[in-house]
Amino acid sequence: MMGAIGTFFRKRIVIMVPYAWLTVFFLIPFFIVLRISLSTSEIAMPPYSPVFSMADGWAGWMEKFNLLSFDNFVWLTGDPLYFEAYFSSVKIALISTLLTLLVAYPIAYGMAKAPGTVRPTLLMLVILPFWTSFLIRVYAWIAILKPEGLLNELLMGIGVIHEPLIILNTTYAVYIGIVYSYLPFMVLPLYSALEKMDGTLIEAAEDLGCTPVGAFWKVTFPLSIPGVIAGCMLVFIPAVGEFVIPDLLGGSETLMIGRTLWNEFNANHDWPVASAVAIVLLAILIIPIVFFQHLQAKSAE
Amino acid sequence: MQRWTPFNIVSVVLGFAFLYIPILLLVIFSFNESKLVTVWAGFSTKWYVSLLSNKSVLDAAWVTIRIGLVSATIATVLGTMAALTLVRYRRFNGRMLFSGMAYAPLVMPEVITGLSLLLLFVAMGMDRGFWTVLIAHITFTMCFVAVVVQSRLLTFDESVEEAAMDLGASPVTTFFHVTLPIIMPAVFSGWVLAFTLSLDDLVTSAFTTGPGTTTLPMKIYSQVKLGVTPEINAVSTIMIAIVTVGVVIASIITKRQELQRQRDERMAMAQP
Repeated sequence: MMGAIGTFFRKRIVIMVPYAWLTVFFLIPFFIVLRISLSTSEIAMPPYSPVFSMADGWAGWMEKFNLLSFDNFVWLTGDPLYFEAYFSSVKIALISTLLTLLVAYPIAYGMAKAPGTVRPTLLMLVILPFWTSFLIRVYAWIAILKPEGLLNELLMGIGVIHEPLIILNTTYAVYIGIVYSYLPFMVLPLYSALEKMDGTLIEAAEDLGCTPVGAFWKVTFPLSIPGVIAGCMLVFIPAVGEFVIPDLLGGSETLMIGRTLWNEFNANHDWPVASAVAIVLLAILIIPIVFFQHLQAKSAE
Repeated sequence: MQRWTPFNIVSVVLGFAFLYIPILLLVIFSFNESKLVTVWAGFSTKWYVSLLSNKSVLDAAWVTIRIGLVSATIATVLGTMAALTLVRYRRFNGRMLFSGMAYAPLVMPEVITGLSLLLLFVAMGMDRGFWTVLIAHITFTMCFVAVVVQSRLLTFDESVEEAAMDLGASPVTTFFHVTLPIIMPAVFSGWVLAFTLSLDDLVTSAFTTGPGTTTLPMKIYSQVKLGVTPEINAVSTIMIAIVTVGVVIASIITKRQELQRQRDERMAMAQP
């Protein structure tokens, strides 16, 4: 009897503590962003109006509620800069995701086929860069890609090119940066999908007259699709809102929404517009995010 | 068994070269005599020596380490509870919302998390600084801990818990004497992951911090905007070294614990 009551309370505590934390610091903030995106920019602190406070009472709240408007969203549609930033973020993220998949697949495939004794070490080597700072790894590429950087020196040294390639501060550098930074996120799910695969299926296909390439496309690749989808989600979603990579490696013509939001906030101090930018970004990403959660929850079943 | 073909070996080797060469170059040029990071002018440790007298970098490093230690510890407790909830309690009101909130921060663009937390802190009238950055780090790192611990709990044999309770242990005793020791390697790697994520974070920290609290990544970022210098390479090398040593030690401890546990299990089985 006591035990049952105890279990009830313990279960409550185990659920409630993380639940309350995430509600206060993850869920509620979104509603605040939504509310501020409907406010008007002011030169004050906080730099927006109306400011809701407990002292207003119900009537005051209702009055201020009427002051909220969709003006910031209308403004976003009026300035082609924002549309282009969203469009090019999605485009850059899509192309980089595809490139990451192309680079990661042979690596994951090679790892999955490696002898069992080598695999844990290979796995460790893929995970290790993921632990080292994102910022530092992006920074490392500046010295490589600069016009007088290491890549150009190498290529000119062996005589492949005579003029330095301009890569840094272009969109190409952003692609390289995203592929490099997010590679472990793609390799790991692919590896775990490929590793589980039953090798005898390939043998069966080959015994039945399939060429190795045919067996790959008809057996291996379809079986690795869950890994492909998980990896693409893990790369695409954060890449759309990426700030550090376009800021350090991209040029002024590389428009990405994470950078626009950052500038709107830190340089222009326009909190309502920054919030509206965030809400639209979230609206673009909500479908992939929900899909990703669904996959996560399903794999946990 | 499929063969490890030359094609496989070459693709793995090239892949690892791609992953590691940029980091290696960064480390090598932190020992460069010259102020240029692309021209080698001889070995020198002068950039490390000059770091030691750079008070703002040392202060930033100290803030970063404190935030990392505290946030990783709290995030590990919360994340482990979240993992238990996700795996053990299949039915309760709002489970859908809970699992949504537990997985979303894994992929949420940092600019959104940072902005939304900042606006919360402003709405709550909190002074921004050490504590707000700490809360922000706990919030996004606990979800990573939850995923790591959850994957361990999924393969957990619950009959050992039942056995302990049948022998008269209370659920709390069972948790601390049976469940926790078994999942400890996962909890520990969750802590290490949370710590390194906190150490590395730039965007969320930059949004949620206030005057007076500068973390090391923020310091590095503002230096990088001014230009590439061997001094940044030196700070980066130290950070890489700390993380690498930490991760390697963590994986050795985890492996040892796992082996010990297997040995214990075999011993227990061998008893008549």
